Amino acid sequence: MTMMSGAQMVVRTLEDLGVESLFGYPGGAVLDIYDALLESKKIKHILGRHEQGVAHAADGYARATGKVGVCLVTSGPGATNTVTSIATAYMDSIPMVILTGQVGTPLIGSDAFQEVDTVGITRPIVKHSYLCQCALDIPKYIRQAFYLASTGRPGPVVVDIPKDCVRPSMRFEYPEPEGEVKMRAYNPTTQGHKGQVKRAARMIAEASHPIMLVGGGAQLSGAKDEVRAIAKRFNIPVTSTLMGLGVYPSTDRQFLGMLGMHGTYEANNAMDKADLVFAVGCRFDDRVTNNLAKFCPAAKIVHIDIDPASISKTVNADLPIVGDAKIVLNQFIDAFNEFDLKENTEAMKSWWTEIEKFRHIDCLNYRHDENMIQPQEIIESVYRTTDGKAIIATDVGQHQMFTALYYKFDEPRHFLTSGGLGTMGYGFPAAIGAKIGCPDAQVCLFTGDGSFQMNIQELSTCLEYGIPVKIFILDNHTLGMVRQWQRMFYKGHISSTNLNSNPDFIALAKAYGHEGIRVEKPSELDDAVKKAISMKDKLVIVDILCNTDAKVLPMQQSGGSMSDMFLSEE
Amino acid sequence: MRQIISILLENEVGALSRVVGLFSQRGYSIENITAAPTEDAALSRITILTDGDEAIVERITKQLHKLVNVIKVSSKQDDSSNIVSREILFVKVQAIGHTQREEIKTLCDIFKAQIVDITPELYILQYVDTSFEVDRFLKAVKEQAEVVETVRSGVCGIFRGEQSLHS
Repeated sequence: MTMMSGAQMVVRTLEDLGVESLFGYPGGAVLDIYDALLESKKIKHILGRHEQGVAHAADGYARATGKVGVCLVTSGPGATNTVTSIATAYMDSIPMVILTGQVGTPLIGSDAFQEVDTVGITRPIVKHSYLCQCALDIPKYIRQAFYLASTGRPGPVVVDIPKDCVRPSMRFEYPEPEGEVKMRAYNPTTQGHKGQVKRAARMIAEASHPIMLVGGGAQLSGAKDEVRAIAKRFNIPVTSTLMGLGVYPSTDRQFLGMLGMHGTYEANNAMDKADLVFAVGCRFDDRVTNNLAKFCPAAKIVHIDIDPASISKTVNADLPIVGDAKIVLNQFIDAFNEFDLKENTEAMKSWWTEIEKFRHIDCLNYRHDENMIQPQEIIESVYRTTDGKAIIATDVGQHQMFTALYYKFDEPRHFLTSGGLGTMGYGFPAAIGAKIGCPDAQVCLFTGDGSFQMNIQELSTCLEYGIPVKIFILDNHTLGMVRQWQRMFYKGHISSTNLNSNPDFIALAKAYGHEGIRVEKPSELDDAVKKAISMKDKLVIVDILCNTDAKVLPMQQSGGSMSDMFLSEE
Repeated sequence: MRQIISILLENEVGALSRVVGLFSQRGYSIENITAAPTEDAALSRITILTDGDEAIVERITKQLHKLVNVIKVSSKQDDSSNIVSREILFVKVQAIGHTQREEIKTLCDIFKAQIVDITPELYILQYVDTSFEVDRFLKAVKEQAEVVETVRSGVCGIFRGEQSLHS
């Protein structure tokens, strides 16, 4: 029998759950927890510099490792500062547990100092949330939170812990964990419906213009091998959403690139002409489908998703299968074997001939300029230097789309980006979390001069813990994506998108004790990237001046079909 | 089209607010709502009357299902062939003088409504029936007397036949 305080139970429960890294920021309501944390030998606490960064780091850790990301913040502003990060994780279904301090239970509702209704504020952006009422709720709720965060459709779970629940003087018997958590009202479906799988398996084999669409669900469930095996078996072209990149190797012949608003010409045209879309763990959001009324007119949709609410939400599924992508795809492989289904060689030959014509357009080709660096060149240079093997985090905007298009991800969990919410300021802390979770991996950040300044304070965190991420700022002195829209759709009116008062990023890097390299000419680019990557133990900011007027192309025409696209500036 | 959604959920802190929040968050309407614990004190049952076509209601029920505390959700079109439903109405009316008091009493007799409280100048009438009948009764009362205030419970309903929210 182990007697301990609520604060000690927080620490012990996390230890029992195998938590090694805890991202956090202390404050009044969590002082007792921080005191108990000093005694822990198993948990490494990483002190961020802002709660938003702290929680994004936990998110980046979760995306890169597949484990639950955990963070601990204080009540009131500590909790509200994590709201954007929680929403980011929620939109991309990232398993995360957010422990928030709260004022003591007798003070709740009295507008006490640093009191805020955390459970209420976060309600629409969490998978679930708990407000502890006593010390013994703590182990129970934290275990349930981990279970909820990591099973079914993953997502963030908040556990709000009032200060009186962690009082050191009040000690209780610690309830030891008892196997897997069971919850009466929560029972996600993981196995696909057998009959539906068999029907779908035949549809795939019989289709003459099939395409496989891989989404974040395939990434989260670890369905890499299954996706690859099925694509190869039928010689099916594969496209991916932003969140699915890396599940199927981008360098493989069968990969058509990302689809959607800034997808490739071949991916979007293949979707438009397809007679069967085999969608694995995606939710057909508006950046993927363009005009729903014109979406894939000839295609039957086979849709696998673990969340029944994502099926037929926007695009109607002709054959829905609820289940975990990896498990369901294994069921497919069994069905293919059972019925001895093989590639429809003749049909696929003519389908690929058609696709090669789309490919021939070479939509990612761009104009080089010997005096000015093009943003695409930066991504390509880092790609070459890192052999395409780095874990890449991005912020949001043009650089994010350029990364998705020009960095050819061959492995899952290597691309960390805020897809659903589109959170500027996500990338840098996410890269920190990834480096902590995968210390042996090369972790790079592509960011913009706008985005980077949204969580720039974490440079201090990196110095404290020696986190050598490589930061490539695609510095165009503007909010590039917004400027692109202003130029394309707002008659060229440039409203509040110029960034003419940026700091000297090199001096800033040095002020924080890091290294900085400025690049202004195309001829200097490769050497600078190599130099940065070669400084293994250093955080390096590479500030690269690049074309202000570059546009992310191709781009779908709003209101059109998948294949209605702008291909070039003209 | 009016639809009735029945929800069985764990009686946890904040469970009701998650259900109600989901409706506003996703832009669905609530015409009325009732909630109370069931015979199993750990569970509550909510009945919601909403407006929307079948596709929207299917979307709502799927989203409701996703809430961690929700055990079961079921929906049916609001008509008496599917569902037995009742609503309670209390209406406070002015009842001054013998003639008026008699007229209101007669009206209540016709509708099988009850007078549940009296003062020298006021009656409180109680009426229990489907929402449709409650509307009809209220209209008749308004034509007969000066209404001071009304309160309705919202719909409480149970599906006919074997269908049950309890597994």
